[in-house]
Amino acid sequence: MIYALVGNQNSGKTTLFNILTGSNQHVGNFPGVTVEQKYGIIKGTDYQVVDLPGIYSIRPYSNEEILTRDFILNNKPDAIINIVDAMNIERNLYLTLQLLELRIPTVVAINMMDEVRANNASINIELLSELLGVPVVPISAIKEEGISELISVVENTAKNKTIPKVYDFCKPGPVHRCIHAVSHVIEDHADEANISARYATMQIILNDSKIIDLLKLDDSKIDIIKCHVDEMENERGLDCEAAIADMRYKFIESVCSQTVLKPEKSKERERSINIDKVLTHKFYAIPIFVVIITTIFWLTFGPIGTFLSDSFSAFIDNIIGTIAVLLASYGINEVVQGLVIDGILAGVGSVLSFLPIILLLFFFLSILEDTGYMARIAFVMDKLLRKIGLSGKSIVPFLIGFGCTVPAVMATRTLPSERDRKLTILLVPFMSCTAKIPIYAFFTDYFFVEHKALIMTGLYFGGILTAVITSVIFNKVAFKGNPIPFVMEMPNYRWPSLKSVTILMWEKAKDFIQRAFTIIVASTILVWILQSFDLRFNIAEDASLSILGSLGKVLEPVFRPLGFGDYRFVTALVTGLIAKETVVSTLEVLIPTGITTILTTASALAFLTFTLLYTPCFAAIASIKREVNSTIKTIGIIIFQILVAWLIAFLVYNVAGILL
Amino acid sequence: MTLDQLEIGKPAIITKVNGNGILRSRLLEMGLIPETIVEVVKTAPLKDPIEITLRSYVLTIRLEEAQLIEVQEVN
Repeated sequence: MIYALVGNQNSGKTTLFNILTGSNQHVGNFPGVTVEQKYGIIKGTDYQVVDLPGIYSIRPYSNEEILTRDFILNNKPDAIINIVDAMNIERNLYLTLQLLELRIPTVVAINMMDEVRANNASINIELLSELLGVPVVPISAIKEEGISELISVVENTAKNKTIPKVYDFCKPGPVHRCIHAVSHVIEDHADEANISARYATMQIILNDSKIIDLLKLDDSKIDIIKCHVDEMENERGLDCEAAIADMRYKFIESVCSQTVLKPEKSKERERSINIDKVLTHKFYAIPIFVVIITTIFWLTFGPIGTFLSDSFSAFIDNIIGTIAVLLASYGINEVVQGLVIDGILAGVGSVLSFLPIILLLFFFLSILEDTGYMARIAFVMDKLLRKIGLSGKSIVPFLIGFGCTVPAVMATRTLPSERDRKLTILLVPFMSCTAKIPIYAFFTDYFFVEHKALIMTGLYFGGILTAVITSVIFNKVAFKGNPIPFVMEMPNYRWPSLKSVTILMWEKAKDFIQRAFTIIVASTILVWILQSFDLRFNIAEDASLSILGSLGKVLEPVFRPLGFGDYRFVTALVTGLIAKETVVSTLEVLIPTGITTILTTASALAFLTFTLLYTPCFAAIASIKREVNSTIKTIGIIIFQILVAWLIAFLVYNVAGILL
Repeated sequence: MTLDQLEIGKPAIITKVNGNGILRSRLLEMGLIPETIVEVVKTAPLKDPIEITLRSYVLTIRLEEAQLIEVQEVN
């Protein structure tokens, strides 16, 4: 049996999903989009539960809503578990009413009952269940209360195929008449198309063209329906959208007035207001945000992160060293040794070296998300980010991008709209990551001894400027049209649950290793082959004779306009895809006499600009591919990055050539 | 008067929701419908968006969206 878990954002859906499934869950994407799909097996049973995106409505507008609706309509789950936040029950029940119209066995789980108790509030569960016509189970996901009862009620409802008893939410009046008249017209068509007649009626009144097509209504029927809708709008004095929303909320208000008793302001709300007096304060909000992010950054990429990364790397190097000694002592062929050590193991090592950073960052990020602070970041930073066509939350991946592109790309998953996610993924790699610092240091040591800080700062700002300009252009060209409106709920502050935090960290680490492993290891081996063999697949005696060297020579004309049309720089750029630090070591090996003999100041600047902007590394490519969920789009992004890098490096080279 | 002009802490009742398409539907579905009481809680440090309460929950919306919502102060 398959259950669908549906609910508003901030309703505790993920917490419930984690409790139902434990660590027994799988994360994927819905085909072709960046929307996450999670499924797992409910503990102690063999029933599958699918965690659908957090949504406020199943009107088919955002991708999340379309996917939820399509999943329910096409996959026909055996039951819907609709999780509802008890402390915000009015708004949460709006989605519930829409779900009930679908006429699928449904159980409503009223979450946060612990907060209801703590506030001396109460909800008459029996009456609520009667008024909604479906089983209602009180739970507290965070305290793990009522879970086994929920599971058994859902099981019974699914087994008995108990259809919701109530789906008529309207009081007598124009809206009521319209719904029943339209329902009468389309009933047979809905039966034929195997869609709930009530759901189809509501969608048709709201002019959903997809449903109109599905029902194969002829023009005369469409005219009759239009007549009914016009009549209703005239009599009610509201357009159909407002009239339907009003009808639903009126019903909810009447249900809540009979069943819910709660204080004007809950304790949690009072507490949140007090915390927000500081955290979203007129003057302190932005400085506090900067301090919080800087601290997270410092902990991840500073002492703790470096310690973890270093000890981890040392551990891996030890293992690799031992294997190297073993291979050598067995007298294994040197080429095979090279393949194992410099190809396979180096690739595995570079995959694993990202792990400490990913674990640490997602530890902090999930705390920001679970406490509710992320919503405050969106609130505080929105105006700034909107200037470049994004919304407030995008600031987080951008800032992480200055540390490492890989977790930054992974962090885009929490952004509210697919449009924001895609644009952010495209722009994040322009933020100069820490791995590029050794390259900047190497070059500034040679060329800009007097102006090291200036060049470094210039590169960082150059990256940001490129992102801003790209974003503005993309907003005009590719991402135009209506962005999803910024109507965001501000949840109360809550303590993060250790369980959710650990599961998210584990999930991200597992996800990265699973997805990145093949791409990174395969690419490392490929680069090793290109470096080690010549065009006839004999061992290359000299780097210039290797396949990579030959390729570099072919590509020399491409980079000549940038001032570094020399195969050795091309080789360094390719090896830099394994890890950015490799650019320096490759150049040191290939140009023992020092780069000043080959480059001018202008071409050094152009090379730095190119390294700043071109495709970061294989690990970043792997995570981009994971998030955009498409090979073609990933290749598109790589080509785009290289083009941008080339163009701007070209500009820098020529302008610098004139000025210097 | 529209919601963006409403003074902080003064409750008002929604009289009309303008705009169209997805944006308007979203506002309506979030419970911003005529006859609902709303109150502005605070504005973001950069003056936009604003934080409002309605139906005993908290919502943030941008000024351009708040301009679509016509309100009338209540005592």
